[in-house]
Amino acid sequence: MFVVVRMPDGSSHRLEALEGWRVMEVIRDWGLPIKAECGGACACATCHVWVDAKWLPKLNPSTHEELEMLDGAFHVDERSRLCCQIIMSPELDGLELELAPESLADAPPARLAVGG
Amino acid sequence: MAANGASTDVIIIGAGPVGLFAVFQLGLARLKAHVVDILDKPGGQCAELYPEKPIYDIPGLPVCTGQELTDRLLEQIRPFEPVFHFGEMAAALTKTEHGQWQLSTDTGLTIIAPVLVIAAGGGSFVPKRPPIPGIEAFEGNSVFYTVRRIEEFRGRQIVIAGGGDSALDWTVNLAPIAGSLTLLHRRPEFRAAPATVSKMRELEAEGLVRFELGQPVGLKGADGELEAVAIKRMDGSTGEIAADTLLPFFGLTMKLGPIANFGLNLNENLIPVDTEKFEIGTKGIFAIGDINTYPGKLKLILSGFHEAALMAQAAHRYVHPDKPLRFQYTTSSSELQRLLKVA
Repeated sequence: MFVVVRMPDGSSHRLEALEGWRVMEVIRDWGLPIKAECGGACACATCHVWVDAKWLPKLNPSTHEELEMLDGAFHVDERSRLCCQIIMSPELDGLELELAPESLADAPPARLAVGG
Repeated sequence: MAANGASTDVIIIGAGPVGLFAVFQLGLARLKAHVVDILDKPGGQCAELYPEKPIYDIPGLPVCTGQELTDRLLEQIRPFEPVFHFGEMAAALTKTEHGQWQLSTDTGLTIIAPVLVIAAGGGSFVPKRPPIPGIEAFEGNSVFYTVRRIEEFRGRQIVIAGGGDSALDWTVNLAPIAGSLTLLHRRPEFRAAPATVSKMRELEAEGLVRFELGQPVGLKGADGELEAVAIKRMDGSTGEIAADTLLPFFGLTMKLGPIANFGLNLNENLIPVDTEKFEIGTKGIFAIGDINTYPGKLKLILSGFHEAALMAQAAHRYVHPDKPLRFQYTTSSSELQRLLKVA
């Protein structure tokens, strides 16, 4: 299972993902520079992504809380999600999305091993 | 602001849970602490990001919210009478001629101590800057992230962007004196106190506030003088709002800030430390909690608590090099219990 993440610099990354992981965690633990300040608690808006339109119907819908937190993001549109709220599942194998510029960290986090 | 100074045993940068617990561990070692934080309240991320979110991995507390943890830590450290300096950004670090550390803040406060503890987490919470090209050129002249004096906004053509408490509060407070005021938000719902939202709607009905559904995407003007805010609506259409002032309120984000210029040996915005004392390689400076890094580091509150305990042992040797620190337990030591004001 994998996700394809486009970064604000235009680079594209095919990341192996595990079922049940938050997409934010997949991006972070492969060492890409994502802010994700609150660590996945849906309490900031620094893991904002634009999901490619064809994948939108397969996503779990946004909660009221996620819609509220998106008020703290920029250039929000119907493709906008906080990727800590997208949980990897077989239906999302191949998920394509783009990281919003404001969610780019100044420096990448320490890289951890991703299983699989 | 006039410079003012203080002297103490230990300066702690950061009043998050780890900075607060450091006060406790230092206090047991009879060391006094001053705590500096850019927020106007204690708790750090726990207070700013998760005040109402549950935390389940604090030993002995099956569940508590970020605010409850903050409140309990404040209660726990009260006997040690820490001195807090809220709303102060740690701005510069120098060494005095007597070999002590002098920390200066952005408001002109200076604190001198033999030991500095950096418990700054992910850095300072600062307002989010909209990713609008060229916005920096307007900042301080036409774009403001805080309102210090309401009078400075009298008669201005203001756009307030955002839908939280700050956006709504300032809409309500500035509308009576503004030349014009437009509240710009991407949806008709707000994440703000219902009473403030009602007041905004009243002002809108009176014609003192205009509400526009959309988001700021560009700024027009020259030489720092704003003329209009370009907006994009949710249906994709675009427009412009004539304005000489933009107040973006999209919440706070963490930036390492001036600590990056303290001359510390940073590694990807983290401070490498040893795992015996959590010292950074410069004598008398320690880094604990999320800001530090070492092999196996986990960014957990409980890791920060452990680091605070070992740091305090080493800090004592700097403050009282001739006085051995006797290791004691709070359960059995009447001396520690007197410090805790329970005996």
